[in-house]
Order: sequence, then C-alpha cells, then structure tokens
Amino acid sequence: MEYKGWDQVEVGAVVPSFADTSCDIVDLKQEDRNYAQTNSYTASVADWRVFKPVFSKDSCIDCQNCWVFCPDTAIVARDKNMLGIDYDHCKGCGICAEVCPTNPKSLIMFSENVDNDTVLSQWPEKKKKEK
Amino acid sequence: MSKIIKNLKQFSTSNDRFEGAHLLCPGCAHSIIVRELLNCTDDNLVIANATGCLEVCTAVYPHTSWDASWIHIGFENAATAASGAEAMYKTLKRKGRLKDPDKPVKFVAFGGDGATYDIGFQFLSGAVERGHDFTYICLDNEVYANTGGQRSSSTPRGSSTTTTPAGRVSYGNKKFKKDMVAIMAAHGAPYVAQVAPNKWKDMVKKYQKALATEGPVYINAMSACTTEWKFPSQDTIDVSDLGTDSLVFPLYEIENGHKLTITYRPRNIVPVRDYLGVQGRFKHLFKKENQHIIDEMQKAVDLKWELLQRREEAGI
Ligand SMILES: Cc1ncc(C[n+]2csc(CCOP(=O)(O)OP(=O)(O)O)c2C)c(N)n1
Ligand code: SF4
Ligand code: SF4
Ligand code: SF4
Ligand SMILES: [Mg+2]
Repeated sequence: MEYKGWDQVEVGAVVPSFADTSCDIVDLKQEDRNYAQTNSYTASVADWRVFKPVFSKDSCIDCQNCWVFCPDTAIVARDKNMLGIDYDHCKGCGICAEVCPTNPKSLIMFSENVDNDTVLSQWPEKKKKEK
Repeated sequence: MSKIIKNLKQFSTSNDRFEGAHLLCPGCAHSIIVRELLNCTDDNLVIANATGCLEVCTAVYPHTSWDASWIHIGFENAATAASGAEAMYKTLKRKGRLKDPDKPVKFVAFGGDGATYDIGFQFLSGAVERGHDFTYICLDNEVYANTGGQRSSSTPRGSSTTTTPAGRVSYGNKKFKKDMVAIMAAHGAPYVAQVAPNKWKDMVKKYQKALATEGPVYINAMSACTTEWKFPSQDTIDVSDLGTDSLVFPLYEIENGHKLTITYRPRNIVPVRDYLGVQGRFKHLFKKENQHIIDEMQKAVDLKWELLQRREEAGI
C-alpha cells in the first residue's frame, strides 16, 4: 500500500481502522476482523524486544492476570483460556511474568535469541516455600 | 447497556478494541488504563484525545491503534471536542437524523496531567459546568512525559524533573500536588473518582458507573510511567500496588459533589518511603539532608487519609 507524504495529507484526514465498516467489531475476535492496512494491528513491534516471555501451559491456571495487565494487547485469551503470546505485538516489558501467580511461573522472561522448545524442556520445578 | 463483568476470566472474553503495535514505552500504564475502558463496554465510543504520550504513540501515521471513533485534538481542548461531539449527537438525535438512534454512544476524553491539571484546565472546567454527558479520564503520571519530563501542577513535592532537578542545592519540585479530584467534585459533577490500573476490578466498576452516569464525569487515573518515574518496565503493577497501598493514591469516589466513598482499604498500609524507594525520581530524598521531605510526605498522606475517612463517615 502506498501512503501519502506528510505534506500531501489533507487537514482533517481520516485513518480507517477497518476495511469493512458494516459489521459490529465489538462482536468479533481479532482474527475474524477485516482490518485496514492503517490499523496498527497489522504492524509489528517484535524488533523492540531484548527479552521475551515464554509461556508454559503446564502450571497455568488461566487466571488471566497476564491478559488484563499486558499493555500491548499481546496475551491471547480465548474462551477464558490463556493461549499464548502474540509475538508480533509483545514488546518484552516483563509485566506478564511479574504478575503470574503460579509456582513455578507459567511465564518467564528469556533472552530474545533462545529457542522456546529448549527452555520449555528445562522449565523450573515447583519451588518449596522458604521458611 | 451495561456489560456484566463478574471476574477476570469472564472479562478476558472481551474483544479488544485497543490494538497493539502502538509506540508507548514497554510497560507503560497508559495503555492498561485505556484498554480496560474500551473492554468494559460494548457501546460505541467517541473519543477525544489531548496530545501527550497516549495521543502521539497511538496514532503514528499511517497507523491507528483505536478500534473506535477517535480524534486527535489540541493539547488544551479534549474536553471541548468531546462536549462538541456530544452536543451535535444530541441535536441530530432530536431532529431524527441518526441512522441508528437506539445504539448507545458514549463520549470520552483522555488527557495527561499536563493537559488536565494545567493547560486544558479551564476547558475542562467549562465542559463540566455546562453539564455535557461525557467522561473525562486524566492519565496522571505527574509529569509532562512526552516532552521529556517537565514538572506539572500534578508533580508531587520532592520529585526530580527536568525543570526541577534535584542536586546539591535542591531536593527537586517544591510545590505540592494539586488536588484535582477535589476541584472537580467542587464543580458539582455527578461522579468523580480516582482509579489505579493494578486494581482492575475497582477501575472497571468505576468506568462502568462513569459511562452509565448522565452528565459530566471526571476520573483521575494513576499512571505509573517507567521512563519518568524511573523504574524497570516489568514493575509497573508492583509500583502501582505500592502507590495504592501506601495511600499516596487512595481509591475513592465522590457523588454529586459531596457523597464520598472509599472503595479500597489496604489490609496492610505500607510506609510512603517504600513507594518512594522503588522510583529513581525520588532517589535523592533518601540522602540525610532530604529525609525531612519523606517525613513531611508521610504526614500529608496520613492527614489526607484521615480526612477521607471522616468525610466518608459523615455520609453527607
Ligand atoms: C499548546 C501546546 N503546548 C505544548 C505542546 C507540546 N507538548 C506535546 S505533548 C506535551 C506533554 C504532555 O504531558 P501530559 O499532558 O502530562 O501527558 P503525558 O505525555 O505525560 O502522558 C507537550 C508539552 C503542544 N502540543 N501544544
Ligand atoms: S512481556 Fe509485556 S508486552 Fe509482552 S506479553 Fe508480557 S506483558 Fe505483554
Ligand atoms: S498469569 Fe500465569 S497462570 Fe495466570 S493466565 Fe497468565 S500464564 Fe496462566
Ligand atoms: S514516557 Fe511514560 S507515559 Fe510516556 S509512553 Fe513512556 S512510560 Fe508511557
Ligand atoms: Mg503526564
């Protein structure tokens, strides 16, 4: 898609969020929406990350703490289940790992260049409570 | 049409209307506060946004992060734009010129503390006095963050900012934070409240009440800023917890200008110094010669809490 330069955009120009405005998007999941190219959903901030959260389903209790506190709408929750991380939109802030209440944590921050399967196979064990 | 939100699991079935790949800093609380507003209702929203981090970072050409009608307006007049849209809507409805007159529409304005406490203050005051049916939400990070951290009239005493730097001769900002919640309540607005993103349920409840209220509503949202408050990005919620649990940001609401209700009472009240200690902007206060500022802040917080409790007790 070709964009107008800053000096070609008219005053009061409108940037559409959706290519199709006939539907009520509040009833649609993100994957079912017809986004316009001008919606930031179509862009990625993956290259901002130095650390990334990795999600391990085993200990997750689907509490949705990570979903509600993620500032970048990058936790995918569907039907009350935590499905995983949307790595196109995650900036690696680390909030989700910080607020995850399980033991061991179900979200842990790792360097961006580690392999997810490797760290998942070495996931920490449940920690005993310190006396 | 109120959406029923019983618990977090159920809330998480909301279809997000605030999209990722905006350019706010990693860990910025602004987006947590905004996401929850957009997720707590299914109504159509018309949003006016004063300039500041939120506006600048969610509408970087050619992208928008808003799945709602949204306008970028001047620094000073988000309240004016929202009230203008609301007045137009009412007129069109009266004249029978709306396509879908039964679909509820809510009018919301967002502004930073610079836009709200300082530069848009008279515009906000005017819109509330005129009685427009809208909700104004101030993203209160206690500094002009987007332009590099200048002090505003919301900046607390003792905070180091680029215009009130702490150093050999100064402990930072010398002025006290303006009590915006009290000022807005004094306008007689039907609903005024303070919220914090770490208490999501309290926040959602107040948002829903705000949207259901007829007339002007003011909400002051504590917004922890990782860049200007100087804490690591993963700590946004922990810092906010210290803010509400030290009562530096007490959570309460005021109805019709007088009836005050405290909505969150921390089980363990933490000392103000614990809240200050995790933020770089207050680091210098822990030097021997500045400790009296911490004591002074603790006293001010205690006094305010006492005042809030007595007002609640009085029930008038
Ligand atoms: C009339 C006017 N003065 C100054 C500016 C420059 N300016 C843009 S954003 C900003 C700071 C906004 O601070 P605040 O309202 O607290 O929002 P924050 O960035 O902290 O979220 C300033 C000074 C402007 N855009 N318009
Ligand atoms: S690291 Fe931050 S941006 Fe990424 S999913 Fe977790 S909370 Fe969201
Ligand atoms: S916070 Fe942790 S336990 Fe809760 S849903 Fe997220 S990953 Fe699962
Ligand atoms: S400077 Fe502060 S308010 Fe602005 S985007 Fe960064 S964290 Fe958010
Ligand atoms: Mg600010």
